[in-house]
Amino acid sequence: MLLRDIAHSRAGDKGDISNISVIAYDINDYPLLEKQLTAERVKAHFAGVVHGEVVRYALPHLGALNFVMKQALGGGVTRSLALDAHGKSLSGAMLGMDISGAS
Amino acid sequence: MKTIRIGAGAGYSGDRIEPAVELAEKGELDYLIFECLAERTIAIGQQARRADPQKGYDPLLADRMHAVLKLCADKGIKIITNMGAANPLAAAAKTREIARALDLPQLKIAAVSGDDVLTVLQDGDYRIEDNGLPVKSLGDKLISANAYLGAQPIVDALNAGADVVITGRVADPALVLGPLIHEFGWATDDWKLLGQGTLVGHLLECAGQITGGYFADPGVKDVKDLARLGFPIGEVAADGSVVITKVAGSGGQVTAATCKEQLLYEIHDPSSYFTPDVIADFSQVVITEIGPDRVAVTGGSGRARPDTLKTTLGYVDSYIGEGQISYAGPGAQARAQLALDIVQERLAIMGVQSEEMRYDLIGVNAIHGAQVSAAAAEPYEVRVRVTGRTANMREAVRIGNEVETLYTCGPAGGGGATKSAREIIAVLSALVPRTLIKPTIHFEES
Repeated sequence: MLLRDIAHSRAGDKGDISNISVIAYDINDYPLLEKQLTAERVKAHFAGVVHGEVVRYALPHLGALNFVMKQALGGGVTRSLALDAHGKSLSGAMLGMDISGAS
Repeated sequence: MKTIRIGAGAGYSGDRIEPAVELAEKGELDYLIFECLAERTIAIGQQARRADPQKGYDPLLADRMHAVLKLCADKGIKIITNMGAANPLAAAAKTREIARALDLPQLKIAAVSGDDVLTVLQDGDYRIEDNGLPVKSLGDKLISANAYLGAQPIVDALNAGADVVITGRVADPALVLGPLIHEFGWATDDWKLLGQGTLVGHLLECAGQITGGYFADPGVKDVKDLARLGFPIGEVAADGSVVITKVAGSGGQVTAATCKEQLLYEIHDPSSYFTPDVIADFSQVVITEIGPDRVAVTGGSGRARPDTLKTTLGYVDSYIGEGQISYAGPGAQARAQLALDIVQERLAIMGVQSEEMRYDLIGVNAIHGAQVSAAAAEPYEVRVRVTGRTANMREAVRIGNEVETLYTCGPAGGGGATKSAREIIAVLSALVPRTLIKPTIHFEES
């Protein structure tokens, strides 16, 4: 199933860094997010978009993860050539991830 | 227990105006804030001010003030905004003029200055945080340098009796933290309270983004009545605890989920959110639905504020030229790809000088790139987009031209070509010692 089935997400920008939250609708699904959505896997999913480090912050009591992705916005929001310079639509790419092993 | 009601009337410069009017009319507010200053807005305002010394503040300031000033004056609601941008003094003078034209009783309007540190940066020995180079290396391309001021000048203005406070660059949450410190008399080294107050500001500063705006996903996350989205109200107690709500009957929704999304919006390490007033800690925040469209948020904290202030440098970075054209029907994607190949070859033949190019197919791979989008089905229509960075306007113009000539020289059935070329003002940042920043307050009385 897709991450979109169990979680919601919002992307924000600062310079060339994108941060994307992933929040479980049901906090009981949080352990699955924590297990499946490793920083390594997220970085691999954003191949061709994110060229730097991906750091994950966990907020278990909110059922949320926050991914901070460096070199992700085409050199920075204010000078990027990208159509979506802010990377605001990257939340959609995140929610398209497959959460395997879950039903 | 005393509670202060703060409404957020704008989350960015171009935001809707009627939700702020609704807040002023029905929100039973004590304060109405407007956050309208994006990163490069001040640099653009600085250019406007150089062309006309009476300009450089937010282009919608007059419209917003006309819409809410009388309501706020009648009800005793104080207005706090960063719409001063590159020229808070002119913004205050304009606001005074509007107050007089509306025949309002006497209003005290404060303009907060001192964020402009361009000469400090030009004369000193500072480094650009992003790349380690000296600030001086930007030379005459540097347009503006504005330090993020904290809540203190807003507190001082309110303590002096201001009804309207207009700033340039201040940390966005300071627009809320300022009135909280003023109302509750929080000590400026009570890091726990300042952290919680900063949390309230962070939640409110993007206005509709916490009341169901930027949240809907049909079938999964449905939100009612986004065309009449209500903007948020924070009911804040003396211990900083807040209930986020909105005007009854307005569109949108306030739920734990909308509050969580906004909590993490543009946050990196949730335990270390740097502001001029406090290093806030949002890692232990507790979010509880306590009623329909009522969510309590507590648990924000913090530690001692940094000794340096982040300063945004606006500079002329480059020029960007762009062209687009659409293809549709059977074979649309192949024709669009052929168009991209032709333009790439043409730019080489013509010797167009660029530093960086992008060749996108809108509808196929323009948003998330070729790798992320690889598995998607072929769309009915595709829009070609060619973009490039150049050192001057002349070269930038040539990029769009090579897309436009696809009309007569490219693949079959291209339509709707557009082209543009623009100067790019970008931003970098530097850190400046707090001791060098001297906020000043100027009062205008209507």
